[in-house]
Amino acid sequence: MTVLFDGVASGLLLFLISVGLSVTLGLMNFVNLAHGAFAMLGGYICVLLLSRLGVPFLLTLPIVVLACAAAGALLERTLYRRLYGASHLDQVLFSIGLVFMAISTAHFFFGSQQQPLQLPAFLRGQLDIPGLDIGIYRLFLIAVGLAIAAGLQWMLTRTHFGAELRAAVDNRRAARGLGIDVDRVFSLAFALGSALAGLGGALGVETLGLDPEFPVKYIVYFLVVVAVGGSGNITGSLYASLILGITDVVGKYYLPQAGAFFIDAVMVLTLIFRPQGLFGRGAVR
Amino acid sequence: MTVLPPATTAPAAAPAAQRVDTGPLARGSRWQPAEFAFWLLPVLAWFVFPENLSLLTQIAITALFALSLDLILGYAGIVSLGHAAFFGLGAYAAGLLAKYGYGDPLLGLAAAVALAAAAGFLSSILVLRGSDLTRLMVTLGVSLMLYEAANKLTDFTGGVDGLQGVEMKLLLGLFRFDMVGRTSYIYCLAVLFLLFWVARHLVHSPFGLGLRGIRQNALRMPALGVPVNRRLVAVYTIGAAYAGVAGALLTQTTQFVSIDVFSFPRSAELLLILVLGGTGSLYGAMLGTIVFMVAHYLLADINPQYWQFWLGLLLVLVVLFAREGIMGGLRRLAAVWARRKSAAARP
Repeated sequence: MTVLFDGVASGLLLFLISVGLSVTLGLMNFVNLAHGAFAMLGGYICVLLLSRLGVPFLLTLPIVVLACAAAGALLERTLYRRLYGASHLDQVLFSIGLVFMAISTAHFFFGSQQQPLQLPAFLRGQLDIPGLDIGIYRLFLIAVGLAIAAGLQWMLTRTHFGAELRAAVDNRRAARGLGIDVDRVFSLAFALGSALAGLGGALGVETLGLDPEFPVKYIVYFLVVVAVGGSGNITGSLYASLILGITDVVGKYYLPQAGAFFIDAVMVLTLIFRPQGLFGRGAVR
Repeated sequence: MTVLPPATTAPAAAPAAQRVDTGPLARGSRWQPAEFAFWLLPVLAWFVFPENLSLLTQIAITALFALSLDLILGYAGIVSLGHAAFFGLGAYAAGLLAKYGYGDPLLGLAAAVALAAAAGFLSSILVLRGSDLTRLMVTLGVSLMLYEAANKLTDFTGGVDGLQGVEMKLLLGLFRFDMVGRTSYIYCLAVLFLLFWVARHLVHSPFGLGLRGIRQNALRMPALGVPVNRRLVAVYTIGAAYAGVAGALLTQTTQFVSIDVFSFPRSAELLLILVLGGTGSLYGAMLGTIVFMVAHYLLADINPQYWQFWLGLLLVLVVLFAREGIMGGLRRLAAVWARRKSAAARP
């Protein structure tokens, strides 16, 4: 039971980090392998605020979100924008370049060691229910993850901005013709994706650790979620994250020597049998 | 030379298919003076940099690896983020053979080719399904699975410590792999040249022409009688085999296999080399390798972390501003030069 619970928590953490990629890769169709770099940025900001400036943990999160959104918007305006029409290969190369730069910058400023994160007292410890040990931080992750999922789903399907974004993604020219400021919508969506990555990165420091290799180490996990969940599908990403989180934790618990093998296998198998993802729309564009 | 695809229509059409004029193809495949000059470079390098033979060997191996990716990406347009998978398979195949007493270099090459080609053939079935995005993820996933496997099967592969105890026998029963690396360099260069020659034939044959057609318009090629899927499987297998040879050469010349051979940065670096040189041109792959490896050699000594930064910056800049790479630049220079000459000749 505890293993299952940990799996759910780890799945929701995965969801928090990857859902931003689901926005940029899934909705905007940009292969942004640098997604992990934004998550890493969020992690470092959170750790620095916490340890150097003594900002309380919960207060660091909105700062992280704002900072990552700003960084994302800035990069989108200056660089990413030029590559919307480019081939997937160009986007991949470009974002790998960004990842490499992010890694060496992190090395330069913070060194290669793991960054420690001191959680506030009320998030530490465990609830002991017979037969089930619930880490309070895990519970917190689950709550935040579900809240974000609900919020995003609501935003995409019910708000004006969500409608504009979907329109701009489906047919950019027609959307522009209808008077939608497509550039602005894409900038905002990209900033949103980056902010979510940063939030996930900050929340993930405790579980995943944080060092300069972060963007490469976990890149597969993010891609897997989008691949399995189907692109641009928030609920799909949520289910996929849960499946993967549980598979990963259970696999590592019962068969530790297999390591990350399971999660890679899940991705490859899914893509073989359902190239559009488990929960994807019928056709991939 | 590959034979023209047999005519599939009635027997009456067969003689017509045989009379296809392959003259333009043959003329295009004739060796240019610049190519002879290019192949003099490695010979010159032997005399000019005798103390850097190990670097030169590395360049030759990487050039072969780049060539293999160029065949599948540059010519056939199959994107891959995990080409290191085949490189690694070749490296481990040669390494394990040599470790258990079968240290004949050519035998190692043969084993690497067989294993990598088999893996390439099998994974081509997965890779060729779906869009670019699916291909990227499947190739990445496959190479990471192999990395994990090599990482965990410590008894077999040595895990993160690498495979040790690789002992090579004499090359052709005559030449010892010496400390300075003379044998290694000549050996790698010979293999590179041979495989380059084969690849050059391949891309100038109707087969290669068909591949380029598939990259440009995969839907139209069946109408011209090109079996798209079969061609892609074939070229993917060939590319994998080439990568396997490169991996085997690395093992045999360094007498060690690091788990690094499967790593993601290796695949990414290779992509950079290829776009730096210019995709879809065999010499682009080679030039990109030379520039990249020399830059790596000069810069990485200062600090490996800074090197990665410059690598990233270079990738971003190449994608944004110099998408055609070195070969594209050279071609543009040649065009300008030709225009000047004709302008000067006219009055």
